[in-house]
Amino acid sequence: MATAGATEAPRLRAEGKVARRQWLSRISRWILFSAILIVLSALAFLAYDTIVQGAGSLTWDFLTSYPSRNAERAGIRSSILGSAWVLSLVVVMVIPIAVGTAIWIEEFAPQNRVLTVVKLNVANLAGVPSIIYGVLGLTLFVRFMGLGPSILAGALTLFLMILPMTVIAAQESIRQVPSSVREGSLALGATHWQTVWFHVLPGAAPGIVTGVILAISRAAGETAALIMIGAFAFIAFDNTSPLDDFTTVPIQIYNWTLRPQPEFRANAAAAIIVLMVAVLTFNLLAAVIRERFRRD
Amino acid sequence: MVRNPTKHRLPLLFMLMVSAVALFAVGCDDDDGGNGSGNGGTTSTPAGSDSTSMPAGSDSTSTPMAGGEIDYGSLSGSVRVDGSSTVFPISEAVAEEFSLVSDVRANVAFSGTGGGFEKFCRGEIEISDASRPIQDDEVAACAANGIEDIVEIQVAIDALTVMVNPGNDFAECLTIDEVNNIFRGDGATNWSQVRDGFPDQPISWYYPGTDSGTFDYFVEAAIEGVDEEATHRGDGTSSEDDNILLQGIANDPNAIGYFGFAYFLAAGDELKAVAVDGGDGCVEPSFDAALDGSYQPLARPIFIYTTETLLAERPEVLGFINFYLENLGELVPEVGYVTMPEDLHQEQVAKIEPFLQ
Repeated sequence: MATAGATEAPRLRAEGKVARRQWLSRISRWILFSAILIVLSALAFLAYDTIVQGAGSLTWDFLTSYPSRNAERAGIRSSILGSAWVLSLVVVMVIPIAVGTAIWIEEFAPQNRVLTVVKLNVANLAGVPSIIYGVLGLTLFVRFMGLGPSILAGALTLFLMILPMTVIAAQESIRQVPSSVREGSLALGATHWQTVWFHVLPGAAPGIVTGVILAISRAAGETAALIMIGAFAFIAFDNTSPLDDFTTVPIQIYNWTLRPQPEFRANAAAAIIVLMVAVLTFNLLAAVIRERFRRD
Repeated sequence: MVRNPTKHRLPLLFMLMVSAVALFAVGCDDDDGGNGSGNGGTTSTPAGSDSTSMPAGSDSTSTPMAGGEIDYGSLSGSVRVDGSSTVFPISEAVAEEFSLVSDVRANVAFSGTGGGFEKFCRGEIEISDASRPIQDDEVAACAANGIEDIVEIQVAIDALTVMVNPGNDFAECLTIDEVNNIFRGDGATNWSQVRDGFPDQPISWYYPGTDSGTFDYFVEAAIEGVDEEATHRGDGTSSEDDNILLQGIANDPNAIGYFGFAYFLAAGDELKAVAVDGGDGCVEPSFDAALDGSYQPLARPIFIYTTETLLAERPEVLGFINFYLENLGELVPEVGYVTMPEDLHQEQVAKIEPFLQ
């Protein structure tokens, strides 16, 4: 196959090691291309399969009905509400705490061994499986703090789960603000705090927003940790308080995939579509916010 | 660079501030809803024709006086149900119907029989779904927390079904000893070792996860029940998800597996059920065989648990359980289990009757 590599040296056939290097170079292009092809086709297949299975069940009634033993009457009203409550609380909690932690680590903390250990721990915490956070949430929030298997307990658990990755994302973006910006601000007489608040944070904001939204997407899909803390699968009322019992969309999906009847699997696929659309919307939102900050 | 060790107070202050803001926001939310059970809650479609006329038809529903005494509409509060995923479909169906006739929030979860008892014994839930009777260590755990007046109510009969690939034409009926030999840890690994005349093919096993009540029940009935010393094998494909077992057996000609009877009914003809000989000849798994006790030893009772204290002091718990018993006749077959015979059903009703006065 005479592709781009050959056209650069027309009619001149390289020999020996050079020929091998050129051949390798051509091959590598195709290998890399097939790598992305695998990723894309897996994604396309998943999306196609889910949409084909679930589109038929995705009606307005499906969005506004409570769960039911009857697949055709079953809907995700209570799980959408539960997910919305939990995720809103998580956002409210994670943004100030994660940004605060990242600013302290990057801008204020004394550079010593303790800080190195802290940083290392934050990075390690990001890799802890979610079920561990579920166990922690069960002992700490549900039992010790007496919150029960409530929305608040679920939100606190997911908050702890996504905190490390949010902190790391915020740290990265704070680090990417050029030190000349800080030095300029300080040179003009701004205090340390003013420098952070008026110059570093706005510069880091796009990255922080992206990090938060990616983390929230992960929280939106979390199942194991919530089942661990005792979240319910059948809820037939609208949540009005953070101390209510709750269920979420992924729990409902899990519940339905456990059922043998194909109608329930169609419901699960429909709920997955809802979840995918929600997550894609979050990501779109992130992109829009990022662009707006860039322009400023 | 900007790091200035003298300015440590500011970040601290900032951290305190953000924590305060976060806590305040959360705290605020706490107040507005409170424990308002009436807040909008259930948009209960008026108790439709299908829900009020529930206890109709089939055998076990004649509960004579109990029903009229409780005005479900006047009840409120919440009932938490957790436990076996086997019982979940029944509790879910009851909770669904109950939400149409009352304002009680009946919330159902499925963290497994063991998980349910753990929460039950801590007083975190009112009703524990169980696919096996409560064990001594669980009774002890309850007692340690001052819960000693446990009430066991049987709600249905479940049957396990041993399944093989539809292409399997030799295993029509297995004795319980052969089932034991196939699934015990030191048992057969090749079909030819199960019975003379079976083909020389390796066996592949599919069974529910060790956390499931179905697994516990199988061990009790077909492993330890046949030979005290035997243990269940651990080298097969194990999954909490019945679907994975179904797919595995459907695609593997040498497969054998087992799962709940309800699941076998719902999954249709993709697999072949094996008749089991418990000593009195081959019996095909069927509703009738489970009901009349001939499908032994692979049919089992399933339960809900609560306490006398809850029945006496929490009208919504009593109401929910009464409603549960009233509607079993209709709901149990609908979700694929076997209804109890009438006398057994009356025994259960009698357990809550004293509290209805």
